[in-house]
Amino acid sequence: MARAVTTQRKTLNTILAWAVGLLIFFPILWTILTSFKTEAQAIASPPIFLNFDWTLENYAVVQERSDYMRFLWNSLIIAGGSTVLGIIIAVPAAWSMAFVPSKRTKDILLWMLSTKMLPAVGVLYPIYLICIELGVLDNRAALVVILMLINLPIIVWMLYTYFREIPGEILEAARMDGATLKEELLYILTPMAVPGIASTLLLNFILAWNEAFWTLNLTAVDAAPLTAFIASYSSPEGLFFAKLSAASTMAIAPILILGWFSQKQLVRGLTFGAVK
Amino acid sequence: MATQHSRSAARIMMAPAVVLLLGWMLVPLTMTLYFSFKRYLPLRGGDLGWTGFDNYVRFVSSSAFWPAVQTTLLIVGGVLVITIALGILLAILLDQPMWGQGIVRILVIAPFFVMPTVSALVWKNMFMDPVNGLFAHLWRFFGAEPISWLSEASLPSIVMIVSWQWLPFATLILLTAIQSLDSEQLEAAEMDGASPLNRFWFIILPHLSRAVTIVLLIQTIFLLSIFAEIFVTTGGAFGTRTLTYLIYQRVLESQNVGLGSAGGVYAIILANIVAIFLMRIVGKNLDA
Repeated sequence: MARAVTTQRKTLNTILAWAVGLLIFFPILWTILTSFKTEAQAIASPPIFLNFDWTLENYAVVQERSDYMRFLWNSLIIAGGSTVLGIIIAVPAAWSMAFVPSKRTKDILLWMLSTKMLPAVGVLYPIYLICIELGVLDNRAALVVILMLINLPIIVWMLYTYFREIPGEILEAARMDGATLKEELLYILTPMAVPGIASTLLLNFILAWNEAFWTLNLTAVDAAPLTAFIASYSSPEGLFFAKLSAASTMAIAPILILGWFSQKQLVRGLTFGAVK
Repeated sequence: MATQHSRSAARIMMAPAVVLLLGWMLVPLTMTLYFSFKRYLPLRGGDLGWTGFDNYVRFVSSSAFWPAVQTTLLIVGGVLVITIALGILLAILLDQPMWGQGIVRILVIAPFFVMPTVSALVWKNMFMDPVNGLFAHLWRFFGAEPISWLSEASLPSIVMIVSWQWLPFATLILLTAIQSLDSEQLEAAEMDGASPLNRFWFIILPHLSRAVTIVLLIQTIFLLSIFAEIFVTTGGAFGTRTLTYLIYQRVLESQNVGLGSAGGVYAIILANIVAIFLMRIVGKNLDA
């Protein structure tokens, strides 16, 4: 909005918005701060905000006791693998729907979306049973495939909305100028499609990283990603706030950073192009 | 530019995605339907034969069913009301001119990127713990007796945790919608003497109605199946057992697959009722 406002009004807005923003962000900030405290300081009464002895001990202990790196590695493989696999399968599909649409394209897109609406718990046992029968319970490859299938509708949709924005006339112009199919793909289509593919990759990586139904129910030890690792902290009670915070901070930090880059894509990706 | 040749190429390019999703949908769905008509207890005798609609009747008539429906409605409804009401206010606030807008936006959106198990555990322990949680400190500071949140006020606590996670989503979408509002319209209304409240009520709110509907539908679908937040906080105790959690317990904890599958079919039907409305809006948008 380009309306002229008084400085006074702007100051008021700023104070109010920052107060609300900090309030909403506070649980995350508090977790990060607590991760640098000792366990005693973490539960001190009254709570200590900033003037404590900063320590990295919790991070070392979390890694040492629970082999954090293994869970991180599992998260990376499951989230990364499912996203890349999904993109490889979705790009040709979205491409053909955007550039060679037929009468049924809309129906296919809506049908794909409807598979995303299927409540996971409704098919929990069949998937569980299939995993047991195939011997892939607690297996990373199985989770890669399952999370890929879960996010495939969103991936196809996002890519479709991006590809549809590439004007077909540009291709025709290139052909008139004598571009071969290879040149057309390499020099015209790919550069225009890369930003859309990158955004899709980013958002779906985040969604897969945070997925906490299948990862909790289909893993035990070997394939458990960070979601399951954190959930294992729910049993012991008492003096472990600092370690819980350190583990939590490590689990969310990479995604918070990636997430900040993907704010705009979030809207497009999760509303299926209905809000832009 | 679509020739016969490119059409068949298009079909081949689409095939892997379509076939995979078709399999992902049909195979488990068929199995769930199949199990739902069987008496099937993997740990106690296995497949004990067909029972017709017995599982469907028993699932609905069990003493856990109606409380679970009520819990589900309270959580979904509570979170929807909170996130949409606060989301609208927050979106309007973030749309105002201010310093550091980008940073505030980031602060507000951040909870959405926190994995559900982390946010549930952080709230459960560091805020809602009756002895060492921040709320307990705060209560004691004002001389009040700390509350054991997740057992004494379990539902409001879970609604609060889930609202915190979903408020960024609602805010972001409503903010995007507000930013598409023609500011000249607002200025004209202002010049004609419309009060801020009138401008909100007669211009901003109607403009937002579509975005609100979309937020409502998408969140309902996701909220109906929240799992991790309950799994790590109360484990379904203290009246927090939702329909999703009840089915999970029937299927995996008590291994009564037939009964759980019947519940699963109910959940699928319920989700589809919501999905139909969402698909209609999305479909209309595709034509435009």
